Amino acid sequence: MNVVVCVKQIPDPADPGALDPESKTLKRDGKLILDESDSYGVEMALQLAGDSGEVTLVSMAPNGEVSGLRTALAMGAAKAVLVSDDALKGSDALTTAKVLAKAIERAGSYDLILAATESSDGYTGTVPEQIAEVLGLPSVTFAKAVTIDGTTVKVDRQTEAGYDEVTCPLPALVSVTAGVVEPRYPSFKGIMAAKSKPVDQVTVADLGLDAANVGWAGAGQEIIEVAQAEARQAGEVIEDDGEAFNRVVGFLSDLKII
Amino acid sequence: MKFTDEHDQFRSAIRDLVEREINPHCDTWEADGIFPAHDLFAKLGQVGVLGIEYDQAYGGQGADHSFTLVMGEEIGRCHSGGVAMAISVQTDMATPALARFGSHELKQRYLAPAMAGEMVAAIAVTEPDAGSDVAGLRTKAVRDGDEWVINGTKLYITNGTQADWLCLLARTSDEGGARGMSQIVVPTDAEGFSVSRKLDKLGQRSSDTAELSFVDVRVPVDNTIGEAGRGFQQQMAQFQNERLIANYMSAANMRLALDRTIAYVKQRRAFGKTLADQQWIQYKLAEVIAEVDVVTHYNHACAEAVVAGADPFTVAKMASIGKLKCGRLNREVADLAMQFHGGIGYMEETWTARYFRDSRLISIGGGADEVMLRIIAQLEGISGDPR
Repeated sequence: MNVVVCVKQIPDPADPGALDPESKTLKRDGKLILDESDSYGVEMALQLAGDSGEVTLVSMAPNGEVSGLRTALAMGAAKAVLVSDDALKGSDALTTAKVLAKAIERAGSYDLILAATESSDGYTGTVPEQIAEVLGLPSVTFAKAVTIDGTTVKVDRQTEAGYDEVTCPLPALVSVTAGVVEPRYPSFKGIMAAKSKPVDQVTVADLGLDAANVGWAGAGQEIIEVAQAEARQAGEVIEDDGEAFNRVVGFLSDLKII
Repeated sequence: MKFTDEHDQFRSAIRDLVEREINPHCDTWEADGIFPAHDLFAKLGQVGVLGIEYDQAYGGQGADHSFTLVMGEEIGRCHSGGVAMAISVQTDMATPALARFGSHELKQRYLAPAMAGEMVAAIAVTEPDAGSDVAGLRTKAVRDGDEWVINGTKLYITNGTQADWLCLLARTSDEGGARGMSQIVVPTDAEGFSVSRKLDKLGQRSSDTAELSFVDVRVPVDNTIGEAGRGFQQQMAQFQNERLIANYMSAANMRLALDRTIAYVKQRRAFGKTLADQQWIQYKLAEVIAEVDVVTHYNHACAEAVVAGADPFTVAKMASIGKLKCGRLNREVADLAMQFHGGIGYMEETWTARYFRDSRLISIGGGADEVMLRIIAQLEGISGDPR
């Protein structure tokens, strides 16, 4: 089976970047890395595709950046489509979804599309479902387990109460959580092989999209203000009088952790 | 050193592995006095860490030495010097001679599984009366038909209780001194081999270090690595790998310790301001950062020399200079890290305590500082040129 994985290349969280004061968006001029939350989708795709299928990556990034894609290719993905175009700067979530949907169509035939539930830098958490809508596909979110059964995909969908068992016809789009599989480490041989794997770099025009409808020009949303998050309130200190465990259990129970 | 995207990717993969597979377990492994070498090495083998420069025909990566530098710098970031040391024994101390001089059959049988992480290897050179002075060793292998019969004792052997095979250096003739030694692969399931005791060390406590006993241990003469009688020379070449990897790990470890110390002094307040606001702290840290930066770049120059095919004497001198400086500087950094942490730094719960213990070894193991000075003096022609 062939699987497409949407991957985002983000500034290294270990060396956090800055916001552009004018656009109030994250500066993405430097080297970008594979969003860790996407490594789970890549691993899941590799396991589902097996030896007979193929994993294709789609990504949208400035300056023809491929470092993050190379990591996913080193893990074992076969090829990638990268959309890189100055006109895309300022694209909102819906525009990103429309662009990625076009890139997926360009990537060739597929049975399944995987994505993370949200990126680690933007956190809109809406792009996967928007892609599914644009492509007219069913989507299942928050997968903590994914299996294929003939022409359907079976998903254990994480919920606050536990998980739902969802069956969905293929092709479909599934967003996966960090618990879905343990991603492999790229091996030395994988890293070297990734050098020669094809990355199809395309522009907005190559995808048949109008530059006037993407980026800042096409954004349906605007960032009005960026403010510091409120400092976290000090926690509650529970003195143990021999019954403190009851209050800890109650606290965790209120949070629905237990 | 100019690092490519591939170097960066390899670095990132090893860093992730260290942070996910090693660092979370270090406290347990330190307390246990051992780490699960077979489990961990299998993971390292899958990433290609255990045979970076070795022949692809046996499962190696066929890469150049610059990738060994990257590996050393990342493994050096382990939160336990014992685990880092054990890995480097597998990659750069017990296996280089086998990869360089071993027969096809020996490499298939012992090198390939060591690179895959299926077998754990140890280097058995040091003896109770022969440490840095390797020429003084007494363990003997006497030929009996197609077999060596080995008798003797080896001491301070890293991976000693978990090893599947040893790269043993033994006397195979009565010539004495540096002559008449051979390197022999000894499987640890051979009859007559035993672990006499697991040793209790000051530092590197997560690594099992052992005293090994050989009583009429019989192994095929075909287990000889390279040429019989050339063991000392082959081991001296192997020592260069050992010193280089130790230097790479040490410099990265020092930088990590400084970064962790900087983070601490920025948040620790005393006398109305942070420690980082005190000029003495700023200048002292800046001074040591400068020195660590210098040895880091010296290591890179060293790796470049190896990649460029520098002659063995140049590499030996650079490796010895690097090890001397890394060893001494590591002791200084460990002392400074503990001093700037104050009381909490003296506590076992703080990383500084383990680092203080672990940092001491590099000036002793793989040839003590005094041996490095001797080599440098010889190669500079001060005390007689060994060439």
